[in-house]
Amino acid sequence: MFSLYGYQDIFIEGAWLTLQVALLSLVLSVALGLLAALAKLSHSTVLKSIATLYTTIIRGIPDLILMLLIFFGGQLLINDMSYNINEWLNETMTGYYPDHEWTSYLPDYIDISPYFAGIVTIGFIFGAYMAETFRGAIISVNKGQLEAATAYGMNKYKRFSRVMFPQMMRYALPGLGNNWLVLLKTTALVSIIGLQDMVKIAGDASGSTQKPFTFYLVVALIFLFYTAVSTSVLKWAERKYSIQTR
Amino acid sequence: MTVPTLSIKNLHKSFADNQVLKGVDLEAHKGDVISILGASGSGKSTLLRCVNLLETPTSGDILVNGELIEMKQDKKRGAIPASIKQVERIRSRLAMVFQGFNLWSHLSVLENVIEAPVHVLGVPKKEAIVKAEALLQRVGLYERKDYYPEQLSGGQQQRVAIARALAVEPEVMLFDEPTSALDPELVGEVLTVMRDLAEEGRTMLVVTHEMAFARDVSNKVLFLHQGLVEEQGKPEDIFTNPTSERFKQFISTVY
Repeated sequence: MFSLYGYQDIFIEGAWLTLQVALLSLVLSVALGLLAALAKLSHSTVLKSIATLYTTIIRGIPDLILMLLIFFGGQLLINDMSYNINEWLNETMTGYYPDHEWTSYLPDYIDISPYFAGIVTIGFIFGAYMAETFRGAIISVNKGQLEAATAYGMNKYKRFSRVMFPQMMRYALPGLGNNWLVLLKTTALVSIIGLQDMVKIAGDASGSTQKPFTFYLVVALIFLFYTAVSTSVLKWAERKYSIQTR
Repeated sequence: MTVPTLSIKNLHKSFADNQVLKGVDLEAHKGDVISILGASGSGKSTLLRCVNLLETPTSGDILVNGELIEMKQDKKRGAIPASIKQVERIRSRLAMVFQGFNLWSHLSVLENVIEAPVHVLGVPKKEAIVKAEALLQRVGLYERKDYYPEQLSGGQQQRVAIARALAVEPEVMLFDEPTSALDPELVGEVLTVMRDLAEEGRTMLVVTHEMAFARDVSNKVLFLHQGLVEEQGKPEDIFTNPTSERFKQFISTVY
């Protein structure tokens, strides 16, 4: 049986973790992307500027740097915030009851898990790319069909869920698929913030066994397997959506 | 005298500085088939699109079965509907047939027809399907019920669109140049269906270039010129004795 100097089980766990991070980031990025795309196309100048700022900043900074910034910065920000909220709550309480004792209402130190940070960071980064994909898809949807939805009395939520969404998905699919492949590969970066994904495990294992090529080759093959499966699923999905319209 | 099914009073509509409608009145009673004629740019499509508020009138009143569509003034956007709920409810009672068909391309023919009854009016799906099949039978497209719009010819798509309109049992059917996008040989099949509907007493507002339809099928004709009603009356009167010079010109150029 195929063995990896005793690392096979932990490798499978790492591969599974990579997939989890990727899938959860995908969900987050699709949600963020959809929101940002709708904000960009809205009539509100405030929403438009927020969304534009988001996509401009995220797309203009390397993923690696962003990940480090969000991981370390997020940690600082959250702890700073919980410290300040604690201080403020205590001061207010002392103001009302002079004999109030100092209490930690929020934990003094919150440790962000690399798992959570990785998902949030990747979701955040790819949300910006998804936003552009969705924006393009939304403006490709036939205006007359939306108008028909309005004319038949649909409210804006029905119009979105019954007409806009199913139609924009078929324009979004190619771009969405492309983003997914890049996102999947970007998960390799979460190893730098200490997550035990397969890239981190490969690094550790090659350090102790002196067989880096073997381990990184396995990582490469697993990624290739993931992307190959994704590609065929995407092909199937694109065909399914286009059959409906042909 | 009964309450008119649709009543439009002193309707104005401008786009920025461009005044498209300059005070149009129109009354439709149950069973009326009113053809709205006019050269392009006369405001006839805008008039129709104001009825279901696809365009928001700048001023004037629209009443459906005596119910006034309430408007209010917005600082930035001018006149807007006071209650979007009311507008949506009234829209669901007025069915529109578009020049470009506008069938939902991700839905099959049958799904297109049941969409508004099921998802707007809340008709049970089974009931809606039975009715939709009967309507498709009627427009001669029952065999195509599982096709998608893009697999059909223009004339067939427009007939599906008419079935979709009938499915909501509308108070008034609004036709916005329903045959203008069709190849000449496909116009006939759509007009036949519309003639049928007129005969069974549907209330219809038809913006059209089809003179024969206006003359033979409608019981009232409205000729718009530069945002105003220039000539109106029974077709047998105004086609034989037009009073306005412009309408005379219009019929002579179209024929």
